[in-house]
Amino acid sequence: MSPEEELQSNGSVASSTRNIVGVLKEHNYLGLSDCSSVGSSNLSGLADDDKATISLKATELTLGLPGSQSPARDTELNLLGPAKLDEKPFFPLLPSKDEMCSSSSHKNIASGNKRGFSDTMDKVPLYTEKNWMFPEAVLATQSVIKKEVAQNLPKGKLSTTNNSSSPPAAKAQIVGWPPVRSYRKNTLATTCKNSDEVDGKPGSGPLFVKVSMDGAPYLRKVDLRSYTNYGELSAALEKMFTTFTLGQCGTSGATGKDVRNETKLKDLLNGKDYVLTYEDKDGDWMLVGDFSWEIFIGVCKKLKIMKGCDAIGLAAAPAPAPRAMEKSKMRA
Amino acid sequence: MNYFPDEVIEHVFDFVTSHKDRNSISLVCKSWFKIERYSRQNVFIGNCYSISPERLLRRFPCFKSLTLKGKPHFADFNLVPHGWGGFVQPWIEALARSRVGLEELRLKRMVVTDEGLELLSRSFVNFKSLVLVSCEGFSTDGLASIASNCRHLRDLDLQENEIDDHRGQWLSCFPETYTSLVTLNFACLEGETNLVALERLVARSPNLRSLKLNRAVPLDALARLMACAPQIVDLGVGSYEDEQDSESCLKLQAAIRKCTSLRSLSGFLEAAPHCLSAFHPVCHNLTSLNLSYAAEIHGSHLIKLIEHCKKLQRLWILDSIGDKGLEVVASTCKELQELRVFPTDLHGGGNTAVTEDGLVAISAGCPKLHSILYFCQQMTNAALITVARNCPNFIRFRLCILEPHKPDHVTSQPLDEGFGAIVQACKNLKRLSVSGLLTDQVFLYIGMFATQLEMLSIAFAGDTDKGMLYVLNGCKKMRKLEIRDSPFGDAALLADVNKYETMRSLWMSSCEVTLGGCKRLARKAPWLNVEIINENDNNRMEENGYEGRQKVDNKLYLYRTVVGTRVDAPPFVWIL
Repeated sequence: MSPEEELQSNGSVASSTRNIVGVLKEHNYLGLSDCSSVGSSNLSGLADDDKATISLKATELTLGLPGSQSPARDTELNLLGPAKLDEKPFFPLLPSKDEMCSSSSHKNIASGNKRGFSDTMDKVPLYTEKNWMFPEAVLATQSVIKKEVAQNLPKGKLSTTNNSSSPPAAKAQIVGWPPVRSYRKNTLATTCKNSDEVDGKPGSGPLFVKVSMDGAPYLRKVDLRSYTNYGELSAALEKMFTTFTLGQCGTSGATGKDVRNETKLKDLLNGKDYVLTYEDKDGDWMLVGDFSWEIFIGVCKKLKIMKGCDAIGLAAAPAPAPRAMEKSKMRA
Repeated sequence: MNYFPDEVIEHVFDFVTSHKDRNSISLVCKSWFKIERYSRQNVFIGNCYSISPERLLRRFPCFKSLTLKGKPHFADFNLVPHGWGGFVQPWIEALARSRVGLEELRLKRMVVTDEGLELLSRSFVNFKSLVLVSCEGFSTDGLASIASNCRHLRDLDLQENEIDDHRGQWLSCFPETYTSLVTLNFACLEGETNLVALERLVARSPNLRSLKLNRAVPLDALARLMACAPQIVDLGVGSYEDEQDSESCLKLQAAIRKCTSLRSLSGFLEAAPHCLSAFHPVCHNLTSLNLSYAAEIHGSHLIKLIEHCKKLQRLWILDSIGDKGLEVVASTCKELQELRVFPTDLHGGGNTAVTEDGLVAISAGCPKLHSILYFCQQMTNAALITVARNCPNFIRFRLCILEPHKPDHVTSQPLDEGFGAIVQACKNLKRLSVSGLLTDQVFLYIGMFATQLEMLSIAFAGDTDKGMLYVLNGCKKMRKLEIRDSPFGDAALLADVNKYETMRSLWMSSCEVTLGGCKRLARKAPWLNVEIINENDNNRMEENGYEGRQKVDNKLYLYRTVVGTRVDAPPFVWIL
């Protein structure tokens, strides 16, 4: 790309990034007059092997646009974008999905999952700006958007990807989508799980359990089926509850270092101040880790991050704890 | 104006029951305002933060029934973090302190505690009816208090709540002398049920009309229960778990045959298909059927059941019924008014269970249809246009295409024209949910045609602020607007601040509004609570000197209120 085009495309990237941050749906209607001009910049991410597209977008972008399009925001957002944590309360930086979630802003949630959602795939490289220069990555999952582009632009990088034929690689989930009540999701998941146990097939629905932590002001919820092992769950909980532990690390002092800098819930969870416990189907509180992951998600009804001393079964601890220890010893 | 004594006017007012009408009455003149105030029996508060219990009591000192709603609708889909609010405790405490003779409490999306339930049970001698929908925060201990202390309880209706089931004996807390039960719904309880206590309770409740059991009630117990309560009108079946026991099935069939008043059936969480057929004899009387949790039952069995239900008015079903099944519904259920088709596969696995064909068939076959909630994989403009032509009577139209941004799968066009046809044809449309690929154009149509629209749900739609502006300017009766993941920003938000005084609430998450814009709005409209919800930040927004131009991190929820900023907001909610 020539310097001017680079500059232009960067300019359009900046605004388009800003747009994209809010827009899951990349703009489609280049044919429409003003409606198109806002979102059209987004498309500059699309057919990037076509420089004509980019400069076309850049040109359109400089036409007066309705709505708020302040350039100054762009740099902020570009800074914000990659660093911004995914906002989903239930899927905070799952290791397996990090490359999608963490590098994009909260809009870019359903990455690999929905084919018509391919624009989010586009946005991943856009957010991590270094990838902006390698637009080929963007072309990966174009389907709907590319069709539209092809309709409106003379050149055709027409993707013939059919939405329904190609199964998605990794199904990242959008929070709160589809709009089905969690009660319904959980009930159906339990129903499927029960039958699947008989059939031996893994359950497919989400399995939400509440996670509480001693001293935390409110609960969280996690979908156990979105993790595949204890490590992932632990990492996710760590991210979720880190804000609370930062306030409590002063009492730890286990390592003697400046715990404030080093505080990770993981450290705390891994045998220092906190242990992860769960309530099973019988209502007993057990230490997490005794069973294989598959069995665990079958029996876990709730999670609780308890203070280590509470879970060891001191006399002052809640009643189930000593039994939990006994139970786990028995089963070990 | 008043040619009659107050008592006569009051008597006339007794026939006016709708909240809207009573609100209108109270505006006529001072005298009517006063009479209406003292005679209002049922109070409806759509947003618990719009008013305080004290002001409620000052205005309506004599009410008997209170309906309260807490969290915004999108809380149903996990978009509102735990702990956001909606606590009923201050309401119960205030009502208990006053001398109001509360008889009925209906709560939706609120946080209820055992202490609250205990206080409720002890404070109102004539308490009759407790209806909790999508609530949380309490356990079966709270239910035990209600059972123990409410001597005149008629209704205990727990719909889709998250209840901590301590597997206690709450059912046996109903005194032996207690015989006034009319409605008992505990389908959402997860734990075991004391079957003996349940049977005894049902046996001594001659007025029992509605009984909805949970998963833990097996087939033979169900048969015994129905034998005790042949007068039942509304039955929620628990689970049938592999009951191959033919004797149980026979007993069930015998019991069912006696239930000639049965009109509504639900449950079937884990039902064995052959037991479904036990209900065929009563199907011809059914007006309401909820099979939306019957994931275990194959479409063909569902169809066999529905073929008998010629009088059905309300049907909730899973998409496993398929287009073919919906055609059977269309040809059988000519009285159908409300249909909900829920998705079995929540991850859009590509398995096209129901498509636009099913929807068209229903619209063609069911002339009385006025409410629909339809989850599907694909849609076309042509289908929607046909549906609009067939059914111009929709009051509620909610279409959810599982894949966001999905266009017309035949033409690859956005679905603007299809939804446009719906709003143009359905002049009484009050509630609309849109999905699929949509541009600003659809909102132009909505603004132009949907004059009666009160609630609109938007997700992954639109191109520019114009879209939202069309809606705000056009829909004069809008009350609740909820938007997620759509490119609407400050310009739309701030265009007409006074509009929000005519609305109950606005929700915008993952849109383009900035903090600066929200602050400006809050300054211009002090009668609004403008909340920024970000569960990952925990009040650090203020500490970090959150830049005005930064986009609102996550969620904006604003609502009109007469009592100012609420005091129970958690740290992750920032009220501007």
